[in-house]
This record gives sequence, structure tokens and C-alpha cells, in this order.
Amino acid sequence: MTSATPKRPPVKDWQTDWDHLDPRWRDNPFEIWDEMRQCPIAHTDRFQGAWLPTRYEDVKTVSYDTEHFTSRRVVIRDVMIDDPLPAPPITSDPPRHKADKQVLLPFFTPAEMAKLEPKARRICNELIDGFIADGRCDAAQQYARHIPVRLIAFMLGVPVADSDLFIRWIHEILEVGISNNDVGQAATKEMRDYFRHHIALRREGKTEADPDGPAEDLITVMMNGSLNGVPFEDNHVLGTLNLLMIAGIDTTWSAIGASLMHLGQTPADRQRLIHEPDLMPMAIEELLRAYAPVTMAREIKKDVEIGGCPMKKGEMVLLSFPAANRDPEMFPDADKVVLDRAENRHGAFGLGIHRCVGSNLARMEMSIAIEEWLKRVPDFRVDGEVKWSDGTVRGPRQLPMAFG
Amino acid sequence: MKVRVNRDICEGHSRCKSLAPDLFDLDEFGNATEAGDGTVPAGMEDKARLAKANCPEFAIEILEDEG
Repeated sequence: MTSATPKRPPVKDWQTDWDHLDPRWRDNPFEIWDEMRQCPIAHTDRFQGAWLPTRYEDVKTVSYDTEHFTSRRVVIRDVMIDDPLPAPPITSDPPRHKADKQVLLPFFTPAEMAKLEPKARRICNELIDGFIADGRCDAAQQYARHIPVRLIAFMLGVPVADSDLFIRWIHEILEVGISNNDVGQAATKEMRDYFRHHIALRREGKTEADPDGPAEDLITVMMNGSLNGVPFEDNHVLGTLNLLMIAGIDTTWSAIGASLMHLGQTPADRQRLIHEPDLMPMAIEELLRAYAPVTMAREIKKDVEIGGCPMKKGEMVLLSFPAANRDPEMFPDADKVVLDRAENRHGAFGLGIHRCVGSNLARMEMSIAIEEWLKRVPDFRVDGEVKWSDGTVRGPRQLPMAFG
Repeated sequence: MKVRVNRDICEGHSRCKSLAPDLFDLDEFGNATEAGDGTVPAGMEDKARLAKANCPEFAIEILEDEG
């Protein structure tokens, strides 16, 4: 795969010249956030002007304020696109947002996700079968990456055999596309054409969906979607389908990978999870807090002052939920992973109306992926260099593990 | 003790349902309400407090018994 971020001027000062595409941010953002939190809202002239709150309270304030901040743009790019394509509901604002989200929510409840558990367990075990005899694997490339892509393909109603295509598009959109619009837009177009094809098939009464898949796959749900009797426009349907694929893959891939990395580096936590399996739900939340993969953005639509900072219309705000999750004012021992942390209001899935639609899917995938791994590979360690993704979803993309 | 979910604030994180499944119900969109009239059966007070302490939207209120 091509390197995502071309050479850029090194950051001079994280409080006044931040750049989340700087390789130091990619490799170890935690100290950078601690430094920025003294500010506490940092600014940069890069990206045509952008702010970056790192305290939980400030991230929450911006997340809740839909009067001054719009979700029209949710990614900060080197070159901003004038008229970004909508991807409802993540790019929707009130009052339209609610309907755009509610069409999806019934298909992502905990009860619906529980029905997918046996499928998830099967996927995990097939993957483990493929490398367990080697005594080692790259847990990012041979395990974590395949679990969410196979499940979202199943839910969308597209062939799992196309997984590598989806992973390439997402790399080109979310990593390369941040600094190279042509590559990102070409991948977006390919993805839209792909869904157009699968919609056309369904209109002819055909499908390439898994015959064991859900009665109503997500492509069909969106094709039949309407608001007040008016069917969703093609642009809406394609935007949502693109979003479901993009949001559902490298986010959870990242979270599963980072969790396994932590357990591979922390034998005490690994032993504890093996001996106290009931701890899993709380442990998952703590791993999500400590290694939250997703950073979103907002565009300032009306001048506003937040924490004494004069935010101007047209500038962007990077909403670092991962930084908020490490704020010591909100989380005692914020940099420590405490598997049974009793008070844990982390914002890994966002705060406010844009709470991740797929959060219950992500949690289920993480729990099953870690449970099945621990059953088959109870003893393992990180053995080699961990390499991290570029861009706004952070997770291990190379994670060498040795077993036994 | 009673629990109450502020439905205007709940965003459907379903953390309460995961930690205290007997005390909360989810609607078709995954948003939470208190089960029944919200009464917390004896012995489940800690679960109710845990659910409150893990709601990212601060949507859960606990009404302690008087006296």
C-alpha cells in the first residue's frame, strides 16, 4: 500500500501549529495530548485554520453544540473539498439528522447484534485455524482486519469475497485521501458505483448477498428508506451505504488490534481476563477508552467562543475523543488501563446525537474476537515492531505476535 | 431506590443495559428506559450506581429512598 502522508513541515509547537498527520502523532499521541491539554484548546494555521480541544469537557461541549458546529465536514483534510458528498447520518445536522439515523438504528441494537455472534465466532476461529500452527502471526493483518469486514459485508448484503477491495477503498479514502484528494475521490466513486451495481441487481430481483444473511440486508433497508412518504434520494442511499462500509471496518479493526496489543504487552491483564471472563464487558469499555481509534471533526458554522478561544466561521475543529478519554480531570489514572474501571463515561463512540450507529456491533466484534483468541491462544506476546495507521482512525496495522 | 432515564438525553449507548440488564429496557432504536417503574430490587443498588457511573450522556438519575 502507498504511504498515506507525504513529507510535511515538522510541527514547531503542538499548541499553535498542531498537525495530526505528523508521524510523531501517529506513533505516540499520548504525550502530545498531555502537552496540549495545558493550553487547553490548541490551534493551527494548517488545514486553513483548525482548533483542537483535548479536555473531555471541551470535546463534549463542541459535540453537543449543533448551533455553532455543523457535521457537513467530518474529516480534516490538507485540501478541503468545496462541496463534500453527504454520508447520512454522520454528516447530517438537526432536525434532519434524527430520521437519517433512525432508519438504521433498529438493525444495530444489542439484541440484533447478539444474533450475529455465532457467525462472528466462526469467522474468528477460521482465521485462527489459518495461523495457529505457525506459532506466530501478524494479529492486525491476519486476524483483526478480517473480522469487521466480513460481518459488515454480511449485513450489507455484498460478497465477502470482495473484502480486499473494501479494505483498499478505505485505505485510499481515510489514509491516502487526507492529503491526496484525487485518490480519495476516485475510491469514493468506485465504492458508489459498486453499491449502484448491487442496488440495480436487487431491482431485477437478484442479489449476491450471503444466502444465510439477514432477511433484510442494509442495502435493501436503504433502498426502501423514506421520510414522510418521500423515498430517500440516490445520493442519500449511496452516501449512507458508503458510510456503513467505511465506518464499520478499520475502526473496529483498530480497536481489536489495539486491545490484543495491550493484552500481548500486559500479562497480568491477560491472565485476569482468562480467569475472570465476566469482566469482559467492562474490560472492553476500558480498552475502548484507552485506545479509542476514532477522531471526528466539525466545521464552525457561526462564530463562537469556546474556552476563551474565538472560533471563526469556516474553520474546523478536530474532535479527539481519544484525547478526551485520556483527560486526567475526567479519568483518574487516565494513562493506566484498569480493566474494571468503575466509572467510565468514555466517548470512544462519540458524545451526543452522533453516537456511533455501529457501537453495539463494534462491542460484539471486540468481545468475540478477544474471547476466541484467548481460548485458543492464551499465551502470547508482542514480538517485533508495531506500526500504526495514518489519518483519523488510529490502530495497529502491523502487530507481530509470538505464541507460547 | 429507583432509577430513571432521561429520554431526551439518552443516545442509546446501551451501557446501562449491559451493566444492569434487569433494571433497563431498550426500545426499537436501542434507547433506554427504566424497567417497570424503575424500582431497584434489594441487592441491585450497586448495579444501579454502576449503570449511572458509566452513562456517557449523564442520562441516568438515581432516587434514593428517604430515611
